Amino acid sequence: MGKASNMEWESVIGLEAHVQLATRSKIFSGASAAFGGDANAQACGVDLGLPGTLPVLNREAVRMALTFGLAIGADIAPTCRFDRKNYFYPDLPKGYQISQLDAPIVGRGTLAIDAPDGERRIGITRAHLEEDAGKSFHEAYAGLSGIDLNRAGTPLLEVVSEPDLRTAEEAAAFFRELRTLVRYLRISDGNLNEGSMRCDANVSVRRPGDPLGAYTEIKNLNSFRFIERAIGHEIERQIDVLERGEDVVRETRLYDAQADQTRPMRSKELSDDYRYFPDPDLLPVRITTDLLVEARAHVPELPRAKRRRYRETLGLSAYEARQLAQSPDVAAYFEATMAAGGEPQRAAHWVMDQVAAALNRMGKSIKDCPVAPRQLAQLLERVADGSVSGKIAAAILDVLWSEGGDVDAIIEARGWRQLGDSEELARVVAEAVAAHPAQARQYRDGKAKLLGFFVGQVMRATDGKADPKRANELLLKALKEG
Amino acid sequence: MDASIAALRRGLDAREYSARELASACLARIDAANGHLNCFITVTPERALADADAADARLAAGAGGPLTGIPLAHKDVFCTAGVPTTCASRMLADFVAPYDATVVAKLAAAGAVCLGKTNMDEFAMGSSGETSWFGPARNPWDRTRTPGGSSGGAASAVAAALVPVATGTDTGGSIRQPAAFCGVTGLKPTYGRVSRRGMVAFASSLDQGGVFGQAVADVEPLLQAMEGQDPLDSTSANQPPTRRGEFKGLTVGLPEEYWDGVGGATAACLEAATRELEAAGCRLKTVSLPHTRAAIAAYYVIASAEASANLSRYDGVRFGHRAEAPKDLEDLYRRSRSEGFGTEVQRRILTGTYVLSVGYYDAYYLKAQKVRRLIAEDFREAFREVDAIAAPTAPDVAFRLGTVRDPVAMYRQDAFTVPASLAGLPAMTVPCGLPGGLPTGLQLIAPHFREGRLLALGAAFQQRTDWHERRPPGTLAVGAEIDGAAGAEKGAAK
Repeated sequence: MGKASNMEWESVIGLEAHVQLATRSKIFSGASAAFGGDANAQACGVDLGLPGTLPVLNREAVRMALTFGLAIGADIAPTCRFDRKNYFYPDLPKGYQISQLDAPIVGRGTLAIDAPDGERRIGITRAHLEEDAGKSFHEAYAGLSGIDLNRAGTPLLEVVSEPDLRTAEEAAAFFRELRTLVRYLRISDGNLNEGSMRCDANVSVRRPGDPLGAYTEIKNLNSFRFIERAIGHEIERQIDVLERGEDVVRETRLYDAQADQTRPMRSKELSDDYRYFPDPDLLPVRITTDLLVEARAHVPELPRAKRRRYRETLGLSAYEARQLAQSPDVAAYFEATMAAGGEPQRAAHWVMDQVAAALNRMGKSIKDCPVAPRQLAQLLERVADGSVSGKIAAAILDVLWSEGGDVDAIIEARGWRQLGDSEELARVVAEAVAAHPAQARQYRDGKAKLLGFFVGQVMRATDGKADPKRANELLLKALKEG
Repeated sequence: MDASIAALRRGLDAREYSARELASACLARIDAANGHLNCFITVTPERALADADAADARLAAGAGGPLTGIPLAHKDVFCTAGVPTTCASRMLADFVAPYDATVVAKLAAAGAVCLGKTNMDEFAMGSSGETSWFGPARNPWDRTRTPGGSSGGAASAVAAALVPVATGTDTGGSIRQPAAFCGVTGLKPTYGRVSRRGMVAFASSLDQGGVFGQAVADVEPLLQAMEGQDPLDSTSANQPPTRRGEFKGLTVGLPEEYWDGVGGATAACLEAATRELEAAGCRLKTVSLPHTRAAIAAYYVIASAEASANLSRYDGVRFGHRAEAPKDLEDLYRRSRSEGFGTEVQRRILTGTYVLSVGYYDAYYLKAQKVRRLIAEDFREAFREVDAIAAPTAPDVAFRLGTVRDPVAMYRQDAFTVPASLAGLPAMTVPCGLPGGLPTGLQLIAPHFREGRLLALGAAFQQRTDWHERRPPGTLAVGAEIDGAAGAEKGAAK
C-alpha cells in the first residue's frame, strides 16, 4: 500500500462514543457509580436484575445529557423515551439493556474540531442515555467466568457522529475534542484508563464523489492512539480489498492492540436482532423548561471560546491557548492566577511550565495543587516588579510548595530580594571592577566579552540576587568610567 | 355468614380473641384444607405468629389501625424477605428475595398478619392455575374444578374462609376471573394505583396488584393500605387515596359487545344483577365498545412481548434454576430455561420474541399497540355517557380441571377482562349468582382512578343481595372455631 494510491481514495468515518456520566449513583438505581470497589459490592437488587425490581431514572443523568445537548447546540425534543435492547450475555443481568432507540434525549448538533486546514464542524447525529453492562473475567478462573456487576447500570451517554470525519487523525481529534468538552461540562471525568470514554468507529472508503461504500465497525477503542491506528489500518485494509477488485464485507471488527491490527469479530459475539421495544417500566421523559434552564446553567465557557479568548484577548499563542484550555481545571487555575493579579503571558508560562512540571513530579492533579493561584500571582508580581529574578522565583515556588506561606515573607526571611537600584548593588559593582583591574583594562581595550565575567562576579557576590539587567547597566558605566 | 374485616376488627378490639388466636385458627384451617385445595405454596406459621404477637402488642398499646391483627395471604408473585417467592415456577422454586415488595411492606406496616404465599399460574400466565409447577389450586365449591387463574390460590383461600382477605395480581383478568369462579369479591385497581415494586413482572404495562375479600367492605381497607405512589416504581401514580364515592345518580353502561358467548344460566344471573343495580337507583344505558373483539389478540401480543423481555433475567447465571454441568454458555441458557420454565411460559416467551422480531414488529407489536389505543378510546367515549360499565367477568362458571386443553380456548377465558386491562382501568367483580350451584360474578369497570365509584356500586349491590355471603357448603366463618368468638358465631348463625 503506497501513499500514492491513497490519494485516489477518500475515507469516510463516523464515531460512536460512549461517555460515562459522572453521576454519584447509577442511572436506574441508588447504588454508587464510583469506579472500582470490591467485585459486586456496588450492585444493588436493581443492578442484579432481581425479580420484582424496577428502574427509576436518575434525574442527574438526564440533566447531564441535556447540558451536553445544549453545549453542542443540539435539537432537544420535548420528550424522550427508553427502550429495551434484548440480548443474552452473562454480564447483562436483565437480559436486556435499557437504552434509547428512536426518541433520544439529544438530537442533531455539531462539534467543531481543529483540522490542518482550519476548523471543521462535525455533525452529531444524536446522543442518547443508556445503562452500561457489567464485566466478565474469563482468564482468572479455570473453566469458569467471573462476573463483576459494579459497572452494570452506570450511566452512559452514547454520542453518535455523522460520517463527517475523513482521516484517522480527524477521528482522534474529534474524540479528543469530545473529551475536553465533557470534562468542561463536568459530566464525565473523561478518564480513558478507567473506561470512562470509549468508542466504536464506522469506516468505509470510496472514490471521491462516489456514494458511500460498505462500512465496517471497529469496536471498543479506548485511547487516542488506538483510534488513530485502528482506523488507519482499517482504511488501508479496505483500500487493499477494493484495489484487488473485491468487496468490503459489512462486519464488526475488533482492534487487537498487541498485534496492531483489526480482525473480524466471531459471529457469536454479535446479535443481529435486538428486538427493541419501549420499556414499559419507564414512562416517557418530559423535558421541562425547568430542566433545560438548570441544564443551561451548567454550560460554562466552552473550550473553543476559551481558546479563542486566550489568543485574541490575552495574546497567547495557539499552542499556549490549547495547552491551557485543554482541561477545565488547568484553565480555572490559570484564570484564577490572572484574577489575582498575574500578568497573562507570565501566568501562562508558569502554569504550563513550572507548575505543571512540579505537579507531574508529585503525581498530583492541578485541583490538588498546594500552591494557590493567589500565591502564584503574588510571586509573578514580584518577578514583574523586579523584586526577584526568575531563578529565585522558582526557588520561592519550591518553598511555597513544601512549606506554604506568604511570598513576601519568604523573600524577606531568606534575604532573597533582588538587588536593583540599591546602593548595595552599586557598591558590589564598584568592588568587582576594583578587584579585577587587569580584566577591566582588557575590557576597555576592546575585549567586550569580559562583561560577562564581571556580571558573574556580581552575581556570585550577591548570591544571584542581583538584577542582571541593572547589574549590566551599572557595570557598563563603571567600566567605562574606570 | 359474616367474617368480615369489620367483624374481626370488632372481635380483636373487644379482646374476644387475640391476633395470635385468630392467626392460629387460620393456620390450623390452612393446615387442614391445603392438602385438598392446594391454595398455598408456602405457609409461614412462625412469621405469622410473630406478626400476630406484634399486632397484639400494638392493640394492647391502643395503637392499632384498621388492619392490625387481620390475617391475610400474599400471592406468591410478591417478594417476601426471607420467605420463598416462587411464582409457581420451577425456575424460582428455591428463590428467596432479600427484600419485601412495597405492597407486602405496606400491609405489614399496617399490622396485617401474613400467613403464607398462595398458589398461582406460573409467572401469572394462565387462567386456571394449571400451569403452576406445584399443581393447580382447587375450587372449594367443587374440587374437580379450577378456582380460575392466575390468582387461583388466593381466590380459593378466601372462598374457603382460610383467610379473610388476600392479595393478588391482575394482568388480563387474574384477579377478576378467579374471584368470579370462587364467589368472592375481587378488585383490580387502576394501572399505577398500587406499586409494582417487588411484584415479579409478567407484563409490566398491564400488571397491577389488587385484592380479594368476601365483600366490598373487606377489599376496601386492604386497597387503602396497599395503594399510593412509590418512589421505587416510576409507573406508580400520585393520586388522592381511594374513598368510597357517591352511589346516588350513577349511570351504568351495558356494553352490547360483552354478551356474546356468555352461558345461558350465567347470562340470566348477570341480567338479574343489572336489574338489581337499576332497582337500587342506577340508570342503565347500552353502550358500545366496538373494538372489544380485537382485545384478546392485542393483549396476547403485548403481554407476551413484555414477558419475553421480563423473563430474560432467568438465565441460570445469578439466581433461579440452573442446569447441571453445562457444556458452555449456550447450553447453560438453553437447558436452564427449558428445564425451569413450563410449557405455557415458554409458549409466551416464544410468541413475544416472535412479535418483536425484525420483520414482524410492525405487523404484530405495533398493530397491537394501535388496537390498545382504540380500546382505551372506546372506554373514553363510553365514559362520556356513563359513570361505570357493568359486564360479565367470565363467559361461564368454573370449568373442570384438565378440560380446556387448547391454549387459545384458555385465552378466551379473558375476553371480558382483558379490555379494561389494556385500557388500564379499575375493575371489580362481585358475586352475582350461583348458576348450577357454582358462582359467577358481575364485572364493574370505572374510569381511571375511580375505584371509589366501584366500591360505591359494589357496596350498594351487596346491600341488596347476599351472593357474597354464600360460601361453599360446610365453610365456617373465619375465626368461628375460636372459643368465645361471639362476633364470628353471630355471623355464622345468619
